[in-house]
Amino acid sequence: MTDVQTRELPAGRTTGRNVGRPIDRVDGTAKTTGAARYAAEYPYPGLTHAALVHATISRGRITSVDTAEAAAVPGVLAVITHLNAPAMKPPPPVSPLNLSTLVSGTTVNYLNTDEVHWDGQPVGVVVAETREAALRAAALVRVGYRELPATVDFAAGQGDARPEKSSPIQPGAVAKGDAAAAIAAAAVSVDVRYTTPPHHHNAIEPHATTAVWDGDRLTVHEGSQSIAWMRSHLALRFGVPAAGVRVISPYVGGAFGGKGMVWAGTVLTVLAARVTGRPVRLALTREGVYRTVGGRTPSAQRVALGASADGALTGLIHTSVTRTGRVGGMPEQVTSASRHLYDVPNITLQQATVPLDLLSNTAMRAPGESIGTFALEAAIDELACELDMDPILLRMRNEPARDPVDGKRFAHRMLREAYALGAERFGWPERTPRPGSMRDGKWLVGMGVATAYHPSWQFSANVTVRLAADGTVVVRCGFHEMGMGGATAQAQIAADALGVPFEAVRVEYGDSDLPTGPAAGGSAQTASVAAGLLAACEKLKRSVLALARRSGDSPLRGRRPHDLQARDGGLWAGASGPGETYAAILGRAGRASVEARVGSDTRAGEILGQAKFIAKFLRDRRRWVKAACGAQFCEVRVDSDTGEVRVSRWVGSFDVGTVINAKTTAGQLRGGIVMGIGMALSEETLLDPRTGRIMNPNLAEYHVPVHADIPPIDVHYLNEPDPTMPLGLIGVGEVSITGVAAAISNAVYHATGKRVRDLPITLDKLL
Amino acid sequence: MRPFTYLRAPDVATAVRAISAEPGAKFIGGGTNLVDLLREDIEQPGTVIDITGLPLTGVEELPDGGIRIGALVRNSHLAAHRLVTTRYPMLSQAILSGASPQLRNMATTGGNLLQRTRCLYFYDGAAACNKREPGSGCDAIGGFNRQHGVLGVSDDCLATHPSDMCVALAALDATVETRSEHGVRRIPLVDLHRLPGTTPHRETVLAADELITAIELPPPPSGAVSRYRKVRDRASYAFALVSVAAVLKVRDGSVSTVRLALGGVAPKPWRAYAAERALLAAPATEESFTRAAEAELTAATARPGNAFKIELARRTIVATLRDLLAEGSAA
Repeated sequence: MTDVQTRELPAGRTTGRNVGRPIDRVDGTAKTTGAARYAAEYPYPGLTHAALVHATISRGRITSVDTAEAAAVPGVLAVITHLNAPAMKPPPPVSPLNLSTLVSGTTVNYLNTDEVHWDGQPVGVVVAETREAALRAAALVRVGYRELPATVDFAAGQGDARPEKSSPIQPGAVAKGDAAAAIAAAAVSVDVRYTTPPHHHNAIEPHATTAVWDGDRLTVHEGSQSIAWMRSHLALRFGVPAAGVRVISPYVGGAFGGKGMVWAGTVLTVLAARVTGRPVRLALTREGVYRTVGGRTPSAQRVALGASADGALTGLIHTSVTRTGRVGGMPEQVTSASRHLYDVPNITLQQATVPLDLLSNTAMRAPGESIGTFALEAAIDELACELDMDPILLRMRNEPARDPVDGKRFAHRMLREAYALGAERFGWPERTPRPGSMRDGKWLVGMGVATAYHPSWQFSANVTVRLAADGTVVVRCGFHEMGMGGATAQAQIAADALGVPFEAVRVEYGDSDLPTGPAAGGSAQTASVAAGLLAACEKLKRSVLALARRSGDSPLRGRRPHDLQARDGGLWAGASGPGETYAAILGRAGRASVEARVGSDTRAGEILGQAKFIAKFLRDRRRWVKAACGAQFCEVRVDSDTGEVRVSRWVGSFDVGTVINAKTTAGQLRGGIVMGIGMALSEETLLDPRTGRIMNPNLAEYHVPVHADIPPIDVHYLNEPDPTMPLGLIGVGEVSITGVAAAISNAVYHATGKRVRDLPITLDKLL
Repeated sequence: MRPFTYLRAPDVATAVRAISAEPGAKFIGGGTNLVDLLREDIEQPGTVIDITGLPLTGVEELPDGGIRIGALVRNSHLAAHRLVTTRYPMLSQAILSGASPQLRNMATTGGNLLQRTRCLYFYDGAAACNKREPGSGCDAIGGFNRQHGVLGVSDDCLATHPSDMCVALAALDATVETRSEHGVRRIPLVDLHRLPGTTPHRETVLAADELITAIELPPPPSGAVSRYRKVRDRASYAFALVSVAAVLKVRDGSVSTVRLALGGVAPKPWRAYAAERALLAAPATEESFTRAAEAELTAATARPGNAFKIELARRTIVATLRDLLAEGSAA
């Protein structure tokens, strides 16, 4: 196929609303034809290839390294270990004054130490003329160790977990009233424990880096969720000015949190390029990703609920233990949804963490909420059964008017409406409540429901918008496109804000030389960029109006900005008033283009921007509770002989504010549900508790769902704007994975009468 | 992956001669398993002999009503072949339940027989594995052994044979034909694979210089119904936790013909002779099916990770026979 994407010029064309339309993603053709170039596909003259040597112990010191055999492999250029690696600056400690310090995957200064902190830590990197030679040589590097005692078993280590301290961003605990006493005194109560295993992201594109030095200038190609922070991090580690570091990342082949941090592979590719003086590419094997990029922590959770006989909740306890690495990682906000979902007078929430001698955990789609809603929403279902009450009715009976913990207002909350819509689309009333009552031949049929909930975030974004005399628009912002359709959504927003056709807008992103965008995380990117983009468009229109007003001929003379509508490629006084096109205004003024900018990329501008952002963030936090929410409905069929579980039907009904692109939003929501089905039924990273080694670092033995596991997924959204968000939009990247595992677990109980509280729900647990 | 010499054999005689001359050489057909093992440094042949050019790609009808399958017939081709879909539908079901369409397009019939185990510790060079490195120990014992065997295993190895196709072939009384410089040999499929004992690295009775050339199936039992049932952790693209290949014929309420083989539970495709003995001439009832399954599984030994397989195997055997009974009655 030789389809060339063309853009029509907008002259004289009537424009309309683009926001909300199911517009095809602008990068779709490039991706489906293979024209899109990913990080491991950039050709450079003299390109070399790297491979990592991984430690095979969990803790200890390197006592010997023999690289002779590796170095003798034809084509090998360098074998770099801690014995010969140049010094790098250590990863910086986390500082609230410089958010880029959040981006270190671990605290280890790779190859600048003889210490081993996890099984899989890179202890060497080989550079060769071909990838095959590099991999072969890496296998021939012999490393001797003096092992030290290591603590790697999460199940055994839970007793050492420490309560997590609260931060302004994440409360680690909540204590409101006396939940234990309320539950003890309750007419009906449940007190149950749930566990979830470690997970890995398994993005279709394994992590890859191509690094090229030119003097002290560095170019890095990498699929990343945080190019600006990666630039700062690399500049700091290698002692060069950040202005000379460029991170290019136009296509990210899936990330899900796994490409948010800077992991060893990136740093070591840059190091290898420094050592060899050649461009270096490191394309991690799938196993290499498992060994050097963090995954989701396992969890052990307890949920206790007390209620009156009519279903009014009186007490809620939700506690969790998760792990971090001793060299990094984060506590997960496992109890986050429990702060906001139910109107309970007595609430005790406590998160605890235990550090182990393992690679840092990291964010994976809805960290905290995905596993936390499993426990909470399964426990609610257990309580509904104890109460002999419909689980939706129980939820609606306890739907709060204000935040249950601190009484703040919800910026937007339409969970009732989401349930009503979902129940109707699913046919919930046809469900007969008794477990095992809906058999179909050999299949035990069950229906389950659970609430989805994910906090809504917004970061700052620097954006420039340039309008050319021919009516075309270029939006520039260093944000990230991991498959969610960000460039398409922002082009829709810009087209509407400026009153130009969608086709007239080009969005540049994924390059750290662009104005600094937000990191793509927390489902916040679309809203964050939109806010900057809308502000830039407003500035741009004022500039254009100012140009027009300088001319005695302009019909816009004497008009004020708020009198005007941007439409049909220009500015007009109301729906039928006078006005003129941008082309006419710029043409008369003799200008080729007009540009507007929001935010500054100077160091001072960055600090100011960050301070403004934090102030706004804290102000917002004091005023509102913001979140996306929804209702997950599923039908499962369980083989009565073998216990095999098949999901046969899914309805997801979501409150995600204004939908920018109906097509990509539905895709995101479906994708989260698919990932949740994997989490519920099959996904588990097998970490040998004797050694700390991951034993299934591949897609054959780490079971993500295959196509045959996924039923038709019917997604709906209410499309009602959140008045506190730009255009009323709430991020959609994560909410749809939350509640999925609980809905399935509840459906499995309804089918079989068995509660499986330990994910994944594999058939052996149902025999 | 280590460097190796690549040879391409134009005919069977050359292939056999080449492997005799090169100790440690390996034949490569579809390469769907061998290439992975080369990449992981588990297989380390000095020479790889490509046999995909050999004329062993036909499926032919035999005079007795059986069929002869060339060793290089691709799995997808075999599964779709009219002689297989009409006479041995169970074989087709078994093949199609394995791997993915892309892998089946590459994988050969002979290669499928020689698949190596998917034990996690066999695949990890940092782990102890008696199969990969004789005498090094077995990390699966005391480790993750959910996928592992409960029949025919030893204290040195718990690994299972991963093939689906072989389970159906075991139930169909297949014979494997080989060629070496010593001539032609015919081996019943059920005798092709060894039990691990104290030498789990020796997986088959084949000599190092023997080439599988064909598989022959006798005519299917007339009037019998058959089925391959695979139980696994997801709907597709996962190895069997338990699988059952069953052939059943009932006359006047009694079992007149039965053949039963199990997958996912043993180091080899497991022909369930004890269950067959218990069933033959017994009334075709759920009770008989259960008794037969239990007769086979009394010898089973489990580890904490795979104890469920005994119960799962019992249930899957009974359910498969129950389904066949209903199908046979309906026919």
